[in-house]
Amino acid sequence: MHDTQLVMYDEDYRKILAVIQRLVRDANAKGIFVVDRNGQLIGEAGEMRGVDTTSLASLTAGCIAATGGLAKLVGEDDFPVHFHQGQRDNLHITLVSNRIILVVIFDDRSSLGLVRLRVKKAGAELAKIFEEILKKTERGNPQGGGSPFAEITDDDIDNLFSL
Amino acid sequence: MSFINYSSREINCKIVYYGPGLCGKTTNLQYIYSKTNPELKGKMISLATETERTLFFDFLPLALGQIRGFKTRFHLYTVPGQVFYDASRKLILKGVDGVVFVADSQVERMEANLESVENLKLNLAEQGMEIASTPYVVQYNKRDLPNAADLDEMKRLLNPAGVADFEACATVGKGVFETLKAVARSVLHDLKHMSG
Repeated sequence: MHDTQLVMYDEDYRKILAVIQRLVRDANAKGIFVVDRNGQLIGEAGEMRGVDTTSLASLTAGCIAATGGLAKLVGEDDFPVHFHQGQRDNLHITLVSNRIILVVIFDDRSSLGLVRLRVKKAGAELAKIFEEILKKTERGNPQGGGSPFAEITDDDIDNLFSL
Repeated sequence: MSFINYSSREINCKIVYYGPGLCGKTTNLQYIYSKTNPELKGKMISLATETERTLFFDFLPLALGQIRGFKTRFHLYTVPGQVFYDASRKLILKGVDGVVFVADSQVERMEANLESVENLKLNLAEQGMEIASTPYVVQYNKRDLPNAADLDEMKRLLNPAGVADFEACATVGKGVFETLKAVARSVLHDLKHMSG
């Protein structure tokens, strides 16, 4: 396999949600998003309802990919922390375990220093959770439910295309 | 790489449209976007130059319904085709589940097609992948143009392995959904194979 497939179960999701919900409170953040490095949204917390989260995830991954490319050009492995300052809202983006992206959106109710401090702790917790998720993925489904693909048929696939 | 979320019962896969500059990658996505039920698609994002050439990527999230109780979502990306954007192409190929190669049928673009296929092979190899073991389909676009090359010759040059291939005219949608369906089918079969 050329890359590690990410398989997330309900218990993993709840652990991730608990960490980012706490981070919203601790960092006085408006919104927090956890994104796979390949651009898939994993979880979100906070008050940012109505944001196009699919686009947010894809663009964040693109941003991390582009600056990662820049880092290699100048002899760095990565630039794991990014900060974008806006007029009202700011974006703090952290690469966790080289696989997961933690996005924190905050305004003047918080500060960069506070966000940095809180993200450090939450990032370490998320790193542990994802280490477990990847280990579980390598071992196979512990819940014994089997992959949803094991019984897939051509008809199942054809039925998807009733566009 | 695909993301299977048992919590929200979703499967997410990444498909990349590859090919030389101006071959019609973005046009493929625009047609899919224009013809898809609004409930099944997200916003299409195009990071393009002022002259509407793709600068980084186009992105279109598409939901194709349920399979075995899982919502199946495909994230479609295009790469910038122009030769000098190679660093960006490498980044976009990361974590890809399936590739569509869009070839420009015009005789004078044949060299650009070949160069782009070679570039795709190199960039896949950099992340430990190869075309032969990756879900892959070929689309011969712009078949309606008077200077279109002979189809058999294009197949011989661009599809020696004989993967699924389609004639297309992306501006009017001919062959667009057939191509998408074939690559999605191939991706799902690949996932099935990996799960077995």
